[in-house]
Amino acid sequence: MEAILTQFFNVEIMVKALPLVLQGLGITLLICVVVIPLGLVGGLLAALAAVSRNRAVRWSAIALVDLFRAVPPLVLLIFIYAGLPFAGLSLSPFAAVAIGFFLNNSAYFAEIFRAGLLSVHKGQAEAARSTGLTQNQTLIHVVLPQATRNVLPDLMSNVVEVIKLTSLASVVSLGEMLHAAGLVRSLTYNASPLVLAAGIYLAMLWPLVRLISRFERRIAS
Amino acid sequence: MTQAAQEAVAPPTLVVRGLRKSFGSEEVLQGIDLTVARRELVFVLGPSGSGKSTMLRCCNRLEEPDAGEITLEGDPVTGPKVDVNQLRRRMGMVFQAFNLYPHLSALSNVTLALRKVRGLPRPEAEAMGLTALDRVGLKAKAASYPAHLSGGQQQRVAIARALALEPSVMLFDEPTSALDPELVGDVLAVMQDMKAQGMTMLVVSHEMKFARDAADRVIFMDAGRIVEQGTPEQIFETPHHERTQTFLARFSGRG
Ligand SMILES: Nc1ncnc2c1ncn2[C@@H]1O[C@H](COP(=O)(O)OP(=O)(O)OP(=O)(O)O)[C@@H](O)[C@H]1O
Ligand SMILES: [Mg+2]
Repeated sequence: MEAILTQFFNVEIMVKALPLVLQGLGITLLICVVVIPLGLVGGLLAALAAVSRNRAVRWSAIALVDLFRAVPPLVLLIFIYAGLPFAGLSLSPFAAVAIGFFLNNSAYFAEIFRAGLLSVHKGQAEAARSTGLTQNQTLIHVVLPQATRNVLPDLMSNVVEVIKLTSLASVVSLGEMLHAAGLVRSLTYNASPLVLAAGIYLAMLWPLVRLISRFERRIAS
Repeated sequence: MTQAAQEAVAPPTLVVRGLRKSFGSEEVLQGIDLTVARRELVFVLGPSGSGKSTMLRCCNRLEEPDAGEITLEGDPVTGPKVDVNQLRRRMGMVFQAFNLYPHLSALSNVTLALRKVRGLPRPEAEAMGLTALDRVGLKAKAASYPAHLSGGQQQRVAIARALALEPSVMLFDEPTSALDPELVGDVLAVMQDMKAQGMTMLVVSHEMKFARDAADRVIFMDAGRIVEQGTPEQIFETPHHERTQTFLARFSGRG
């Protein structure tokens, strides 16, 4: 029991690790702030392309979305960071993470937005067009608000997934929270920094997860 | 010129010439010719699948006609150079399924096009929107969302949404078919009131009593053609075409 406490819940080591882990948290949040909006925008554009009337546009979008949903994000990330230099393209860890996550996230957000767009009845757009709204105005003021609202819990769940996925950035030595905690662990030979990081993830994500459940119940009722 | 004289020489509100439309190999409209004069209410009857909705939807180009010519107050509706959005706002359309925007209040449903198509600032759009809602008897419901309105109220808001744009003609596609019987009357009363105010209307419906009371002309469509037309009395009392007779026989006792 004593051993478990000193190995996993060693307050002294946690306090020492805290500055570095918080610095890592800062980088984790920075990744999120860059990668989530990018993924949302990319996903929305891909979804719009995937429901386009132009067959070539539609099929290319669907193929790309399928591709990046099928490639494991860790493989994608390592390929971009460690594989592309062989083609003469060397990226900083942050750029590699931003690009890899953009591709991966966009694909998942695209699937969600596509379901949202398809959930809006065709009569909505027809009513809007019949009053003279252009196709873009119809999309912005009539279709998208409804599409987004219909899939809001799914979008939020995916945001949680993305936040968790940022820990993958540790494999390209980007000093986000997991990387920082792992570093302190290896210096102190103690797992407490990892427990600290896990606790911070939990504190961040648990409220979000609760919020999503509330939304889901409200939409179901 | 007096106003009456001006109206006499003005082109008819809606003219449809040789309208054809196919879906795949099925020719749904096989050459429709139709003129709707100013202030006229033309009532369109016909069996399911005869092309009534398609005809209406071609008028504002929700469906693209394959052939034929349509003009609104003399202005071409069909053709490559037409600004279809500007034309559409001169043609109000009311759908069987209402199609109100569920994420917007009744007033915002009405003001959206006023603001985005006509470019009115919000206060002016809202003033016009409230006037339109008042015309359909729903000013008090301006802040309500569609989900909190009855079907009849929703359809009246949908009418207000079209009316607010001050269209030259209103197209109705079975506006009361989705309503519980006790709610039909309110919607028909609004339409009758619009007719009394001089609105030009093209109405697809099965409400024979409304046709008798309000229509200037009744058109019977079958298999993509206008088979017969005349005053309500002519069509309902002495239909000439056999298809009209069989169709009306099914409705006897209902009108
Ligand atoms: N978008 C479409 N794609 C393919 N076929 C269509 C489409 N819209 C209509 N049709 C077909 O065209 C024919 C005429 O349809 P339309 O809706 O105009 O008839 P209607 O007279 O309005 O019938 P109802 O009284 O049932 O509303 C039908 O056979 C219908 O199946
Ligand atoms: Mg129809």
